[in-house]
Amino acid sequence: MTIDFLDYIQLVFNDYTLRTITLGTAILGAVTGMLGSFAVLRKQSLLGDAISHAALPGIAIAFLITGAKDTNTLLIGALISGLIGTFWIRGIITKTHLKSDTALGLILSLFFGFGMLLLTFIQKQPNANQAGLDKYLFGQAATLVESDVWLMAIVTGLCLIVLLLFWKEFKLLLFDKDYAKTLGFNIKTIDVLITSFIVLAIVLGLQTVGVVLMSAMLLAPAAAARQWTNSLSRMVFLAALFGAFSGVFGTAISASQNNLSTGPVIVIVASVFVIVSFIFSPSRGLLFRQIRFIANRRDLEQKKTLAFMYHIAKTHDSISHPHTIKILNNFQGFTRKTLQKLVDKDYVTIDGTMWSLTQKGFDTASNLFNQQNKDDE
Amino acid sequence: MSSAQIEIQLIACLVAVACAIPGTFLVLRKMAMISDAISHSILPGIVIGFFITQDLNSPLLILLAAITGVITVTLVEYVQKTGLVKEDTAIGLVFPLLFSIGVILIAKNANDVHLDVDAVLLGELAFAPFDRLFIGGTDVGPKSLWIIGIILIVTIALLIAFFKELKISTFDAGLSASLGFSPMLIHYGLMTVSSVTTVGAFDAVGAILVVALMIAPAAAAYLLTTDLKKLLALAILFGIFSALSGYWFAHWLDASIAGSITTMLGVLFLMVYLFAPSKGLIAVMYREKQQRIEVLLLTFLLHLKNHDEERERHVNHLNEHINWQKIRSKTVLDLALKNNMVSIDNNIVSLTEKGDEFTSKAINYIITNEDAQIEDMKDDFFLFRG
Repeated sequence: MTIDFLDYIQLVFNDYTLRTITLGTAILGAVTGMLGSFAVLRKQSLLGDAISHAALPGIAIAFLITGAKDTNTLLIGALISGLIGTFWIRGIITKTHLKSDTALGLILSLFFGFGMLLLTFIQKQPNANQAGLDKYLFGQAATLVESDVWLMAIVTGLCLIVLLLFWKEFKLLLFDKDYAKTLGFNIKTIDVLITSFIVLAIVLGLQTVGVVLMSAMLLAPAAAARQWTNSLSRMVFLAALFGAFSGVFGTAISASQNNLSTGPVIVIVASVFVIVSFIFSPSRGLLFRQIRFIANRRDLEQKKTLAFMYHIAKTHDSISHPHTIKILNNFQGFTRKTLQKLVDKDYVTIDGTMWSLTQKGFDTASNLFNQQNKDDE
Repeated sequence: MSSAQIEIQLIACLVAVACAIPGTFLVLRKMAMISDAISHSILPGIVIGFFITQDLNSPLLILLAAITGVITVTLVEYVQKTGLVKEDTAIGLVFPLLFSIGVILIAKNANDVHLDVDAVLLGELAFAPFDRLFIGGTDVGPKSLWIIGIILIVTIALLIAFFKELKISTFDAGLSASLGFSPMLIHYGLMTVSSVTTVGAFDAVGAILVVALMIAPAAAAYLLTTDLKKLLALAILFGIFSALSGYWFAHWLDASIAGSITTMLGVLFLMVYLFAPSKGLIAVMYREKQQRIEVLLLTFLLHLKNHDEERERHVNHLNEHINWQKIRSKTVLDLALKNNMVSIDNNIVSLTEKGDEFTSKAINYIITNEDAQIEDMKDDFFLFRG
């Protein structure tokens, strides 16, 4: 296995196609992860899905007009139609009472259907040059060439520069729109800027992962990164990292198997990142949350038992007056284990079937509910 | 028209109606994107079902796919409940994963499966009449017609039986729970119907068109009416209209029927979006402009009421003082004159009795924060709107 792995690494460096694809998917993952963070935080997660579908008619129209299958021309068409879709969505949301989910689903399906109409129309044309347009549906990483990768790299660089330049503005817009407005920032411009970059990133990814799965490229790395940090800069960085790794691993897995298209594999790898982050993130993850929950419950039960004992002990002259364990049995917070824990902490002593509170236990219990004794637990 | 053409149109209409009914409720419940998620994520269900039955039209396939649809909804809700991501992100995470699994399942078994992803996503209505159902050796029509017909009948039966429950749980989940209808039950019922419809229709028209047929007619109808029954009727009507016109458009263009129906839906929605009487874009923009001028008018009248000095009420001074452009002040002044709110004497503007009364009432409403009343008041006072 390790030899295979080394072989693969070597292959990545030597084989032109594999190197191009690996680089391309890695860059794509990074830029979509980066911009996806903003989409996710702005509650525009599904916008990516809508935009990627809305880009399809643009590709078809660009082909109909120019007749060329040149990637850049088609992508410009995709960009324009993606932007039209985005602004129409916005128009529907702001000007009518239709909600955002309706607007998204509407534009997504209508544009996609229109795109399909054009694609099938093109296929019936005598011009035989059209084969390959449908690679934009599901993406074909294998068709990536060096110039595509360069384009991606340039866009990513541009995007980085803009992000760094307008970092403060983007951040403000994300977290406190009204405050940004009062400070005099032109919210609309910033908003359009970030949305346009999201559209651009999506359009770039169409060739690699396709219309249908593009939204996952945008969301998954960002959603995974969100679990590990509360800082925007770290989240953007992590998302880019996750995205790039999804690209590299996805390419590797699909290259090592027959009949595995790259796009879906990348999406599955990215989803694995999400699932792992959901479960194992230390502060938000489900696993640690459950552990904390159980620990809290135990602690609470222990304290309940202690409080119960305290109320019994209070009625007697001597704190250490022994009582039978049986009287605890009617009480909910009590288990053998909690009792043992209390003994371990020197709050209680047990003698046969009798227990008695120690001085320390009594003091702790009397302070249990008034926060005086901060250092207990 | 050949019998195949009639059959295709019949199937298209039935699909349109079967989609419009659950679609209306999805739009009203703000769950439109769920239909998109379902339509993608049923793919693994279909693939697995296909491996078992080797028949794209078997009922087991529909059942499995419908279960996948409900699983999708449950998964989305589970992810939402963890609170780790926002609601829509949950949808966006779940369905691409399931869809990818479906695509890979197909790809890995490509050699012995007559199922390709394009067909699932896009469908091909033109081929539907060729796959016929034989009962006891006699040809009783295309299989898709029977499948979607049965789904439609069940949907309509459920709609009639649970109309009241659906209505209440859609508009007021709290009330419906307190009346003893479980909103959860209705919710999952609706999800099941949506999944089944999606599956039943996908083979004929493809997953994306199903989404379009669910959302677009309902969305267009929602811009025209707010009455649930009218909404349903309009949505069904829109669906049938675009199914028929789409078919002929595709026939003329010699292109995908599904794509053409969607395009028709798009054109229809665009028309409604632009021209709907009170909620269309043009109506809304017109109303916004009207309101803007009327607010200006109110400001103007308040200014007049506050100032008795002639200097403050001189036409030219108004221009400078309130800082309006010439054209705008002319519009406002004209409106005020037309409504008999002011009179101009020697370039000095003064409030008429009517204008005075109007302004006092307006101030009263603004002070007491009953801004909504101003709209009614305008009806009483205005001869001409802005």
